[in-house]
Amino acid sequence: MTAVKEPVVETTGPVPPVRSGRVGAAARWGRRAPLLPALLFTIVVTQLPFAATLVISLMRWNSLDPTNRGFAGLDNYVAVFTDPDLRSAIWTTVVLTASVVLVSLLLGLVLALLLDRKFFGRGVVRTMLIAPFLVVPVAAALLWKHALYNPDYGLFNGVLSWLFGADAPQPEWISGMPLIAVEAALVWQWTPFMMLILLAGLQSRPADAVEAARIDGATPWQVFRYLTLPHLRQYLELGALLGSIYIVQNFDAVFTITSGGLGTANLPYTIYQTFYQAHDYGQASAAGVVVVVGSIVIATFALRVVSSLLREEVRG
Amino acid sequence: MKRIWGVLAWFSALVFFAPVAWMVLTSLHSEPDAATNPPSVAAPLTLDGYREFFGSGPWPSLINSLSASVGSTVLVLLLAIPAAYALSIKKVDKWSDVLFFFLSTKMLPVVAGLLPIYLVAQYTGLLDNISFLVVLYTSMNLPIAVWLMRSFLAEVPVEILEAAALDGAGLVTTLRRVVAPVAMPGIAATSLICFIFSWNELLFARVLTGVVAGTAPVYLTGFVTSQGLFLAKVCAAAVVVSLPVLLAGFAAQDKLVQGLSLGAVK
Repeated sequence: MTAVKEPVVETTGPVPPVRSGRVGAAARWGRRAPLLPALLFTIVVTQLPFAATLVISLMRWNSLDPTNRGFAGLDNYVAVFTDPDLRSAIWTTVVLTASVVLVSLLLGLVLALLLDRKFFGRGVVRTMLIAPFLVVPVAAALLWKHALYNPDYGLFNGVLSWLFGADAPQPEWISGMPLIAVEAALVWQWTPFMMLILLAGLQSRPADAVEAARIDGATPWQVFRYLTLPHLRQYLELGALLGSIYIVQNFDAVFTITSGGLGTANLPYTIYQTFYQAHDYGQASAAGVVVVVGSIVIATFALRVVSSLLREEVRG
Repeated sequence: MKRIWGVLAWFSALVFFAPVAWMVLTSLHSEPDAATNPPSVAAPLTLDGYREFFGSGPWPSLINSLSASVGSTVLVLLLAIPAAYALSIKKVDKWSDVLFFFLSTKMLPVVAGLLPIYLVAQYTGLLDNISFLVVLYTSMNLPIAVWLMRSFLAEVPVEILEAAALDGAGLVTTLRRVVAPVAMPGIAATSLICFIFSWNELLFARVLTGVVAGTAPVYLTGFVTSQGLFLAKVCAAAVVVSLPVLLAGFAAQDKLVQGLSLGAVK
């Protein structure tokens, strides 16, 4: 169900000698043996629960009303798509994921381009830029909520009163712009991730092509537009897709900063809440299936990108 | 003109680092100094925040996090290294299909399996039990580890393996004596990345643990319920809980991007 089919990558590199000749059944199982524990473990722990979710999503099952359990058909799905809270959760998830991915990708690109040059203290700058990604997500969310956003003593309003004195504007960051507050904290954490991927892409750029273009009189903009950007394309795609996979599942920031209030509840938070507080197992499962279907759409593209990178590695 | 790029890079680094620096600075201030507007940057430093945090009984949760992270990382390595061997050195048929199966499980949102997992834990009496988290964190990190280890093992030279095979070395000997030494840096990086992801995890820990097996992130979420001033204390807690990840992350810096992109980017 979740295994997105991908074309087999052709091995065009040198074939290792162990592969030549006919491989008997015993030898084939000998090869498979080291793989089986990991494969079985993964199937049991990740695939069975999802299959169960699929079944429960078709059931009428509320833990507060255990006698009234039975087959419900697509009722839970109808409920998911007609319940205004869940509909807004779907929309919030889309907006949250898309905006965080796009903004952090853009900022990450700028930072990667800056770091691709030689300058004094580049290693230190790189280390400082990675730090936000290495703060534990819950800790980062608490930091933003209390130490930065707090209207009375947070750093943001503190800096405003520094700059503008006693009549400085003192906005209520979280209640004034809840979704942006969550997004900003996430962008801060994910920009380093994008920067690292794009920096790796920049550094794998063939130097001689850039050199040749420079000698031929290409401006820095032309080099960027016609050489760097096309080369970076698959790294941009990879960053966007991996970022989407991680951010679409975000729970920590929404849970900590706004507790899902003020229109920031995304699907993972809503599912958590339906299941934890409302005890409606059927509906929580149906919402889970909806998240999975959305993720599979993203994942299909992600797998294609990763597979093209893998193919290059095998050929190269 | 050229210097301006360096200046810009330094400026952006300072902007991105400022919240981290502010977290550390605030954790070293007294509660009244931490809650002033405008901020009192030059206030005297104190370890009161840390004293209060450690006095609030965080040790069980820190030890739980440590056992869950180390336990699952060990289990992940035990499962992933042989699997990666079968996907890179002595390849099974359709190895790339298997590889993509592992990857696709990583794209399945964990929240979708939450309910059945909860019910299983309830029926088997494993709610609020750290070993159940170990199993879940293992499944969460196994695909990453398989991909990473595969990309590291692919770098083991075929000649050495042939020589080992000619000398009659079996699977275990080959893994231990030939593959492991070459792949050691990769194993270290994989462990650090798996450790980070397990240490950070909140959703499963929050739903499946309670007073006994609660992990550090769960402890953090419950830390801000007290009355009165708490900012310095919370920042101290955030620093302590983040410290292992910061150290592991800086140690694995070079391999971090390879790990996060599942080995797709070198």
